[in-house]
Amino acid sequence: MAFDWNFVAKFYPLFLRAAWLTLWLGLLGTFLASLVGFIGAIITYARVPGLNRLFRAYVEVSRNTPLLIQLFFLYFGLPKMGIMLESRTAAMLGLAFLGGGYMAEAIRAGLGAVPPGQLEAGYAIGLTRAQVIRHVLLPQAFAVAMPAIGANVIFLLKETSVFSVVALADLMFVAKDLIGMYYRTNEALLMLVLAYLLLLLPLSLLFYLWERKLRHAGFGG
Amino acid sequence: MVTVPTGLLAGESPAAPILAVTGLGKNFGERVVLQDVSFQIAKGEVVVVIGPSGCGKSTLLRCLNGLEKADAGQVRLDGQDLCQGQIKWSLVRQRIGMVFQSYDLFPHLTVKENLLLGPLRAQRRRRVEALAQAEELLDRVGLLDRAESYPRQLSGGQKQRVAIIRALCMNPEIILFDEVTAALDPEMVAEVLEVMLGLAQQGMTMLIVTHEMDFARGVADRVIFLDAGVVVEESPPDIFFTAAKSERVRRFLDRRRYERRLKTVG
Ligand SMILES: Nc1ncnc2c1ncn2[C@@H]1O[C@H](COP(=O)(O)OP(=O)(O)OP(=O)(O)O)[C@@H](O)[C@H]1O
Ligand SMILES: [Mg+2]
Repeated sequence: MAFDWNFVAKFYPLFLRAAWLTLWLGLLGTFLASLVGFIGAIITYARVPGLNRLFRAYVEVSRNTPLLIQLFFLYFGLPKMGIMLESRTAAMLGLAFLGGGYMAEAIRAGLGAVPPGQLEAGYAIGLTRAQVIRHVLLPQAFAVAMPAIGANVIFLLKETSVFSVVALADLMFVAKDLIGMYYRTNEALLMLVLAYLLLLLPLSLLFYLWERKLRHAGFGG
Repeated sequence: MVTVPTGLLAGESPAAPILAVTGLGKNFGERVVLQDVSFQIAKGEVVVVIGPSGCGKSTLLRCLNGLEKADAGQVRLDGQDLCQGQIKWSLVRQRIGMVFQSYDLFPHLTVKENLLLGPLRAQRRRRVEALAQAEELLDRVGLLDRAESYPRQLSGGQKQRVAIIRALCMNPEIILFDEVTAALDPEMVAEVLEVMLGLAQQGMTMLIVTHEMDFARGVADRVIFLDAGVVVEESPPDIFFTAAKSERVRRFLDRRRYERRLKTVG
C-alpha cells in the first residue's frame, strides 16, 4: 500500500482535536501534580510530624507504580467502592497522582540545595519567617529545581499516551481506532508522532530558554 | 529606659550599655558551649572577642541575635531583655546587624537588591530613600559601579564589603562580625578591615570576632578572651597584648606569633 496523503488530509482534524484534549488534560494533571508536589515538598522540608511519613509513603507508591495501573485503579477499582469517575477526571487525577511524587522530589531537592546560611542571612537582616521563605528560600530553590521540573512536565505529558485505557478519545485512541478501521498504519502513526512533537517540542524549547535565563542570572546549573 | 548622665557611674562603662550580657549559658545536648558569659558594650564602643577554634565565639554572637537560643542568663539590648517572654526577633534583628564569615549574599539578587531587601521588606521604608542610602554606602566602600552586578561576579573582598553595608543599610545600633576576613585571600583582607576601621572611627558600636591580632589591637576598645565557653580575660588592648593577666592568654598569643613567624619564613 502506497502512502496515502488523502488519508492524512481527511483525518488530521481528528488528531488535532485529540491533541487538544490530551494537551488540556495533560496540563491540568501536571498543574495538580505540581501543587501536590509543592505542598508535599514543604511538608517534607519542614519535617511536619506525621504528615511527613505519610507523604513519603505516597511518593514511593506514586513513583514505583505505572500510570496504567494507577488509572485502572481510579477508573475500574474506585467504582467498586462506590466512587464513579468520568474518563477525563480519572485521567487527570491519575496524572496528578503519578506526577505529585516526581514533582515533590524535584522541589524537595531544590529546597535542600539552599544552604542554611542563606536563611540565616535573611533572618539577620530582620526578615520574618514568611519573608525569608518568599524572598530567599523559594527563588533559589526553584532555580535549582527548574531543570527537573521541566523534565517532569515533559515526562508527564508523554505519559498521557496511556489515557486511552480509561476510554478517553486521546491521540493514542484515535490512532488505534483508525488503524483498526482502515489498516492505514503508517499514516496514522505519522500523524500520532507529529501530534506529540507538536505538543512537546515548543514546551521543551520554552523550558530550555527559561533555564538558560536562570543560569544567566547567576545561579542554577 | 533610664538614661544615666555620663560620669554618674564612676568606674563603670562611660554610658549605659547598648548591650549587656549577664551569665549567658548555652549547651548543645550534653556539651557546654558557653558558661556564665558576662560583658557589656557601651554606645560607640568596639569590643573584640578572641579565642581558640571551637571555644564558642560564633555561638556567642548567634545567641545575641537569636539565631541560637541561650539556655541561661540574660541579654539586654538598650535595656530590653531578649531572653524573657515573646521576643519579636525580626524587629530585634533590625537593630543588631550581623556579618558572617561566608558573606552569605543572596546569589539570585543583584548587589543593589541585596542591599534593599531588608530596608524595603523588613523595615518597609520608601524605595527612593533606601536606594539613596544604599548608593551612598556603596560609594563609600568603592563599589558604586557594581550595584547591578550579581554576587558571583565579585571577588571575596568585594562580597564581604557588600555584606557589611547590607547590615549597615538597616541602620543598626550595633553590628556583630563573625570572622569576616577568615575566608578571604590574604590580599583582600586589608580592604575589608579598612572598612571596619572606618566604621569604628565613625562611632559604630561593634562586637568583632577575629583572628587578625594586629587589627584587633588597632580597633578594639576592649578585648575579651573566650576559652572553652568561659570569659578568661577582659582588658584594654594595650594590656591584653602585652601584659595579659591570664597565663592562658599569653600562651595563646605566643603561639600565634610563632605561627606567624613560621608563615613569613616559609
Ligand atoms: N548546632 C550545633 N550543634 C552541636 N554542636 C555545635 C553546634 N554549633 C556549634 N557546636 C559546637 O559548639 C562549640 C563552639 O562552636 P562555635 O562555632 O561557637 O566555635 P567558634 O569559637 O566560633 O569556633 P571557630 O573559631 O572555629 O569558628 C564547638 O565545639 C562546636 O562543635
Ligand atoms: Mg566561629
